[in-house]
Amino acid sequence: MDHEVFNELVKQGPVLLKMNDRDTYEVPSTKFALVSDLHVHVLGAFMVVVIALGTTPCQAEQPPIDFNRDIRSILSNECFQCHGPDENERQAGLRLDTAAGAVAKTDSGSVAIVPGKADESELVARITSDDADTRMPPAESGKKLSPREVQLLTDWVKQDATYAVHWSYAKPVRHELPELMTHQAWPNNGLDHFVLARLLHEGLAPSPEADRHALIRRLSLDLTGLPPTIEEVDVFVNDKDAQAYDNLVDRLLEKKTYGEHWARMWLDLARYADSAGYADDPPRTIWGFRDYVIRSLNANKPFDQFTIEQIAGDLLPSPTDEQLIATAFHRNTLTNNEGGTNDEEFRNVAIVDRVNTTMAVWMGTTIACAQCHNHKYDPISQEEYFQLFTFFNNTEDADRRDESPFVQAWSESQQKQKAELGEKVVALKAKLNATTPELQATQAKWEAEVAKDERQAVTGRFVRVEIIDREEWLSLAEVQVFSGQDNVALKGKATQSSIDYNGPAQLAIDGNTNGDHSKGSVTHTKKDKNPWWLLELPEPIAIDRIVAWNRTDNEVGNRLSGFRVSILDEQQQPIWKQDIAKAPATNQELAIGAVPSDIFTIVKTPANRRDDAQKKTLADYYRSIAPLLKPVREELSKVEKQLAGIKPTTVPVMRQLAEDKRRVTKIQRRGNFLDTTDEVTEGTPVAFHPIPEGAPMNRLTLAKWLVDEDNPLTARVIANRYWESIFGVGIVRTSEEFGAQGDLPLHPELLDWLATELVRVDWDLKAFVKLLVTSAAYRQTSAVTPALIERDPNNRLLARGPRFRLSAEMIRDQALFVGGLLSDKLYGPPAKPPQPNIGLSAAFGSGIDWTTSEGDDRYRRGLYTTWRRSNPYPSMATFDAPNREVCTIRRDRTNTPLQALVTLNDPVYVEAAQSLARHMVKAGESNEVRALHGFRRCLARTPNETELARLTNLYDRAHEHFSAHPDAAKQMATEPLGAAPEGSSLTELAAWTVVGNVLLNLDEMFLKR
Amino acid sequence: MPLNDTFLLPTRRHFFKRSAASIGAVAFSQLLADPKLQAEAAPNARAKRVIYMFQSGAPSQVDLFDYKPDLAKLHGTELPASVRMGQRLTGMTARQKSLPIAKSTWDFKQYGESGLWLSEQLPHIGTVADDICLVKTIHTEAINHDPAITFFMTGNQQPGKPSIGAWASYGIGSANDNLPAFVVLLSRNTYTSAQPLYARLWGSGFLPGSHQGVKFRSTGDPVLYLNDPAGSSPQARRRLLDSLARLNQLQLDQAGDPEIDARIASYEMSYRMQMSVPELTDFSNEPESTFELYGEDARTPGTHAANCLLARRLAERDVRFIQLFHRGWDNHSRLPVEHPKICKEVDQGSAALVKDLKQRGLLDDTLIVWGGEFGRTVYSQGALNGTGYGRDHHPRCFSMWLAGGGVKGGMTWGETDDFCYNIARDGVHVHELNATILHCLGIDHRQLSYRFQGLDQRLTGVEEVEPVRGMLSS
Repeated sequence: MDHEVFNELVKQGPVLLKMNDRDTYEVPSTKFALVSDLHVHVLGAFMVVVIALGTTPCQAEQPPIDFNRDIRSILSNECFQCHGPDENERQAGLRLDTAAGAVAKTDSGSVAIVPGKADESELVARITSDDADTRMPPAESGKKLSPREVQLLTDWVKQDATYAVHWSYAKPVRHELPELMTHQAWPNNGLDHFVLARLLHEGLAPSPEADRHALIRRLSLDLTGLPPTIEEVDVFVNDKDAQAYDNLVDRLLEKKTYGEHWARMWLDLARYADSAGYADDPPRTIWGFRDYVIRSLNANKPFDQFTIEQIAGDLLPSPTDEQLIATAFHRNTLTNNEGGTNDEEFRNVAIVDRVNTTMAVWMGTTIACAQCHNHKYDPISQEEYFQLFTFFNNTEDADRRDESPFVQAWSESQQKQKAELGEKVVALKAKLNATTPELQATQAKWEAEVAKDERQAVTGRFVRVEIIDREEWLSLAEVQVFSGQDNVALKGKATQSSIDYNGPAQLAIDGNTNGDHSKGSVTHTKKDKNPWWLLELPEPIAIDRIVAWNRTDNEVGNRLSGFRVSILDEQQQPIWKQDIAKAPATNQELAIGAVPSDIFTIVKTPANRRDDAQKKTLADYYRSIAPLLKPVREELSKVEKQLAGIKPTTVPVMRQLAEDKRRVTKIQRRGNFLDTTDEVTEGTPVAFHPIPEGAPMNRLTLAKWLVDEDNPLTARVIANRYWESIFGVGIVRTSEEFGAQGDLPLHPELLDWLATELVRVDWDLKAFVKLLVTSAAYRQTSAVTPALIERDPNNRLLARGPRFRLSAEMIRDQALFVGGLLSDKLYGPPAKPPQPNIGLSAAFGSGIDWTTSEGDDRYRRGLYTTWRRSNPYPSMATFDAPNREVCTIRRDRTNTPLQALVTLNDPVYVEAAQSLARHMVKAGESNEVRALHGFRRCLARTPNETELARLTNLYDRAHEHFSAHPDAAKQMATEPLGAAPEGSSLTELAAWTVVGNVLLNLDEMFLKR
Repeated sequence: MPLNDTFLLPTRRHFFKRSAASIGAVAFSQLLADPKLQAEAAPNARAKRVIYMFQSGAPSQVDLFDYKPDLAKLHGTELPASVRMGQRLTGMTARQKSLPIAKSTWDFKQYGESGLWLSEQLPHIGTVADDICLVKTIHTEAINHDPAITFFMTGNQQPGKPSIGAWASYGIGSANDNLPAFVVLLSRNTYTSAQPLYARLWGSGFLPGSHQGVKFRSTGDPVLYLNDPAGSSPQARRRLLDSLARLNQLQLDQAGDPEIDARIASYEMSYRMQMSVPELTDFSNEPESTFELYGEDARTPGTHAANCLLARRLAERDVRFIQLFHRGWDNHSRLPVEHPKICKEVDQGSAALVKDLKQRGLLDDTLIVWGGEFGRTVYSQGALNGTGYGRDHHPRCFSMWLAGGGVKGGMTWGETDDFCYNIARDGVHVHELNATILHCLGIDHRQLSYRFQGLDQRLTGVEEVEPVRGMLSS
């Protein structure tokens, strides 16, 4: 309840009776209903709003008691904690969640419920008792039954105390469409019959259809997350075709932006982010999964297939890359890289998250409680929890820093580019290998010079790298020791002064020069005095060249400044050394001989005594340094670098452990992974439909079980979630919870009709969305009347069209779109749009601040913004975007002053206003035309005269102000967008920017309406 | 019972159990609530606000708060297995062959009339000894930083739950109509290896986003996007907002949606924030005596001392929950060298805040909480010689202190064993500490719940806990 209402009630006096926390209030004034949710009883298929003006509960007529409707929530809220499914907490031997338990003898010998006989039932005696010692629920529990609840329970016992399976655990039943006595022409499709029948029953009537301007904006936002362009609006508004609306829906469903928009909801559920979470929250490359979701939605992949691929794509026969990438759904769990953590502990945490998320996303069931104890409200035992856990407990991933296992994938354009560059490399190499008389002549000259050079290779047994005279960490990505063309370091053994941060010495001779410590190929000592790293070669060998590779991540490369490389003899006495003051950005090459020793030997051999192999070796070497070939070599190196730069994206995936490596799953006492009891195997809770006999007990079977036609929950949960996206509030308001503790569906028959329809169309999501948005219910105007506000503030009955705030991504995308800035680039690595510097560094010096992306990537859809869990993009967080550490079923839609600051002052929005201003100026000469253009870009509709006058009036005053302040005008028109087009007036642009800023902040902009 | 009270009882219970559908006008009013109403909402409040000085990384109770002179005799000897009782160690010392006892590096002194023993490293905090309640027996369930600090701030080791400040904002709302109810101040750190901080520690979890802490910054805009764009002016902004309000009003007349009213009002509050925050963060009107009290550091924005001063200014403006974070206490090595530096960073400002609030009459209704996510081991990490050694994480018992609204000053709560390893008596679990903090704010922690995923979720978890009444002033 809100403070104002609370205050209002305080003033009005003591007449408030609170009946039940979640449904009914009898309130003294309709003022209450204005801001509270709709307070209702379910009466069969329908509901009656109970707003009685007095202190006595409304008891106009006594319908038969329905267990699910009237009784279950009372028992669940007030009794199950001690008399429910959890046998460990059960008191007095009484179990009230089953009929058998309720009529059984309790420890005391009494019987809680004698069906039909209230006066013999101990339950009735206890809940009506005046004695505080015997009254239930006990006072110390903080629970209390209202008089109405007592009455309901008593009546229920009198009416034989019939139990029924919880509504959502019974398969949906497809009801006949209700017959309509009036308004028969109104429905467009089946769902309208249910909505309308209900409205009429409530004594309400539907609202007229919204005008076409409103419809196209509403539809565009709902289907693509973006507003329509002025051209699209004009086409639709003037479309005389009777099918104009349906055709528009089809056009929008075909847009690529459809998949981007609807992916947002799924990514919230999948807890997709571009960082691994926990303390140091390092970047994680998993955007291939995000693109998988967009592609799947655009391809209209049936939801059952979409499900199976994500839960168990790896277990499908010969899975494709796409099906493997789909399994990243459950690799979005957090990975803890904090020093000193136990990987097994956090692997367990990830498995727990997978179980909870699976049950929440597909079955709307909160199961987390059962991790530690039998569920207190729903029939799920701790053993059953760990049976589900077992399905997920046999994949290879294990909270590793490198996120293995993963797959690598190249995009189509990358593959094409690779082929082209590969051909270039072949051509350049051929050129490089061709011998010419000119080359032979210069080679002879060069040989003569080399023969005289005194610098020679050094023969040593050890190579040492150290930091001199300092306490420091020593980290090396790689040390290459060349004898001739061979890197002999690879055959050696490495040691170092100490080991820390998982950086043993051999990582510098693993053949991998990657300097990013998180990639696991960089050595790391403790902070030692003169830390060192030492390579022992199998035998003394002539060393020509040494290349030391530095660590490159986290800007700690300077730790290598002032290092020394030395070559030692068998007795570890230095025979060659070099000090390097400045730490190399990537690597430092140290030449020891003038030419490699093997080449030197050949040069010293008289030309006529060289064999063919030697001649070839020498010629090859010469070509690698010949000044004549320098341009070719440079071109080759450039192309090779480009080729190497085309990196496949990696995506962490699920991979089943081999049979002989299977983990044993045991029940964890109170959810503690170190304290286990009985072993369990895969299974699903008995309260739900069974797994088919003989099916292999693995994730694939679990995935199929989730979308099995006997699953009572999944279709309802998905239908409800889509309903919530389109209409604002789910038919089950608690879209995250369909169990005993969730709300009852406002309209059970409608929900079941939608659920069965979703299955009937073979889980075709586009068809389902189309069903929703082509309904007459959806097409109503969203204008609100005071009477409707009082009656149904959250519009759950749909006596008008939907009207609610856009999501964080939509608000940002829309501003960039109407400003003409939004990039239409699809897919790819996450973007880093401008964000204020936080000035905070994460663990070990890695920066949270980022370097802003260049070009198009500044203006990509919010969905592509780098999602760093520890530090979410601030302007989107302000508009209720979650940080995606855990599965988010439902976002809030708040309205706060901080949001106003974002859309008024965030440079992203200022830039959008500036760009919008330039479009307005381009649209025509008169102020009216310009203002009209801006208004229509933003809101699709045409402004009325007053609105237009207000905008031009604002423009005039701003123009006057900026005429007197040219410096301010320049700033307002160009910072941060950049220089104004040639010949434009900065004063005008600045004044239109102010108008643009107002347009972007209109309430209407934030709403779908 | 007076009529009015009878009706308040069920109402308040309901009030704290608001369901999840708080949208628009409801959420909005939480930022604009009438201060008079707030007082009614929490009639038993001892404190109207909290200043929480979180010491991230975990200070060493052995060296700072929990005086064990006899450890000197055992210095360098092995920690008896009977004391450790096989308890879990972190991966950092689990494979260490020897766990030698390391006595406190520093001497302890008695401070104040109460004679409180404190390390000589905290001389300023010593001067407010008679105002603080030192709790030696805090214990937690987590052994690594991230789960532990998340547990402290949200009552749960796993992400996804609201922070204590968000709970307070949700429970009793704001008492100020120009500033957010929950403000977060991160102090700048001189140590690059400090543990990171993350938005979840002041996030709103499943509560409406309007309850998340608002981070005040020490560079750039004090609040993100507070400043008008370049080329604007306060007059121009006012004109813009007036035009906007008139246009929105036209919509309100047509569409009839009260949400539009709420939006108009929230733009007005954003303007008031723009007007009031610069004045709040401008220390130029502070007299010299302020900087004598808080130290010269307080002149540098972003230091712990400056944030303590800012916290006082926020408290004066009735901001409900003021959360400071200071980092750098995680000294696995070189603790004898590093700890004094951090003590110096936080000691004077922390003490000054207590004194300053007291002299302004604000300490009585401001609760101060000071401490980190766990303690440090009595045994050394690394070889015990010179100054190279450190201490590992220790969740079994560690010290925090509280002062002001609702707690007794000049007292010590709880005792640890001779080894500063286990609790001897009167342990205080994190949930109990949080219940106590809420109690001081006049909130029964059992009643402060929110229906999410079918459960009445609480900051203090599902087990029954009680506020620690022995710490409370009568």
